[in-house]
Amino acid sequence: MPNLKDLKNRIASVKSTRKITKAMQMVAAAKLRRAQEAAEQSRSYAERFDAVMGGLASSVSGSDSAPKLLSGTGSDKNQLLIVLTSERGLCGGFNTNITKLARKHAQDLIAAGKTVKIFTVGKKGRDQLKRDYSDMFVGHIDMSEVKRMSYSDAQTVARDILNRFDDNQFDVATLFYSRFQNVVTQIPTAQQIIPFKIPDGYAAADTLYDYEPDEEAILADLLPRAISTSIFSALLENGASEQGARMSAMDNATRNAGEMIDKLTIEYNRSRQAVITSELIEIISGAEAL
Amino acid sequence: MQFELVSPERNLASLDAASVKVPGADGDMTVMMGHAPTITMLRPGLLRVEVNDAVQEFVVTGGFAEIGATGISVLAERAVLKDDMTQDQMDEMFDEAQDFYQRAKDIKSDGAEIIDEAEKFLADLSTMSSELGLKIK
Repeated sequence: MPNLKDLKNRIASVKSTRKITKAMQMVAAAKLRRAQEAAEQSRSYAERFDAVMGGLASSVSGSDSAPKLLSGTGSDKNQLLIVLTSERGLCGGFNTNITKLARKHAQDLIAAGKTVKIFTVGKKGRDQLKRDYSDMFVGHIDMSEVKRMSYSDAQTVARDILNRFDDNQFDVATLFYSRFQNVVTQIPTAQQIIPFKIPDGYAAADTLYDYEPDEEAILADLLPRAISTSIFSALLENGASEQGARMSAMDNATRNAGEMIDKLTIEYNRSRQAVITSELIEIISGAEAL
Repeated sequence: MQFELVSPERNLASLDAASVKVPGADGDMTVMMGHAPTITMLRPGLLRVEVNDAVQEFVVTGGFAEIGATGISVLAERAVLKDDMTQDQMDEMFDEAQDFYQRAKDIKSDGAEIIDEAEKFLADLSTMSSELGLKIK
């Protein structure tokens, strides 16, 4: 049985841990609100963009002159997995869930005889995948300096990936990130971005548009932007998911610490009482012996 | 007519406009109520929105506009109110364009389409800056 001083120290240390997790939870809650707002505000651009892309892509995709970003290279041998994760830990299963999904895809693709390449954004995903797939890593982008995700950050990622595509380093690119549902649910998602997939529901334009200059030129200009936009919304969703996951993880940790403190306090009081009782017995029996 | 100006990060403006002058890729056009549905690319230039008697002007450097019968949405990656435009921002845009032009020239041989485009972009930028009364480096 631990002595009183040990118990007291233990309680004090759990109490300070609880303070930290409580503070982290509150910070995450504030950041979550901001991340959600950012995701909300970017949605209108993405939706309009998708609508226009949908109309354009479905009218051009049949023709031979369709750009490679839309029609693909004609092969699916080389697969690029782009894994978006966070820079910091202590956010529950957030990063693990994303890498688990990516890992499953990688295994399926390898089993089907494809060449898999992995590109990571965010330190945690790189650390987790490095153990098993270090020879497949082709690139990494660090976001630890980024305070607030901006469109130009997404463009940096997109530019890197498009350069690799122009270089014929891969045929198909899939984005892995976590979609934000609510504070307790984040859904790990795989989304193919190259060749560009027409988003559901936008397959056919209901109005016939005039195009200036012409459909092909617009499409060639818009496709790289569509990739940036997809990456940008994935990054924002991921940001909100990360804060949501951290908030619920820290909430749990705070509660656990509280329960532990209660338990330890009871144990501390019991042993204090036991010490008093045994002291009393010693005094009484000493007095009786006289 | 509903006018919307949207950037990837947020909505910049949503106005009930009488007419909107768009710097289209093939030339300026003024859009009013009942315009034929059109999708046009933008070149660097001024986006002029007339709301009743007031006029708002935005500087855009690219993107596209979707024109429907009842409204126009402009999707621009970068848009700044004309009065907020500073020499520094102009310099930054010009540097970026210059940088792109140089890189295109390094990779591709002369006469490639991308070099022509970069040249045109630079020319459009300098026209725009003189219109704004700003200097080009």
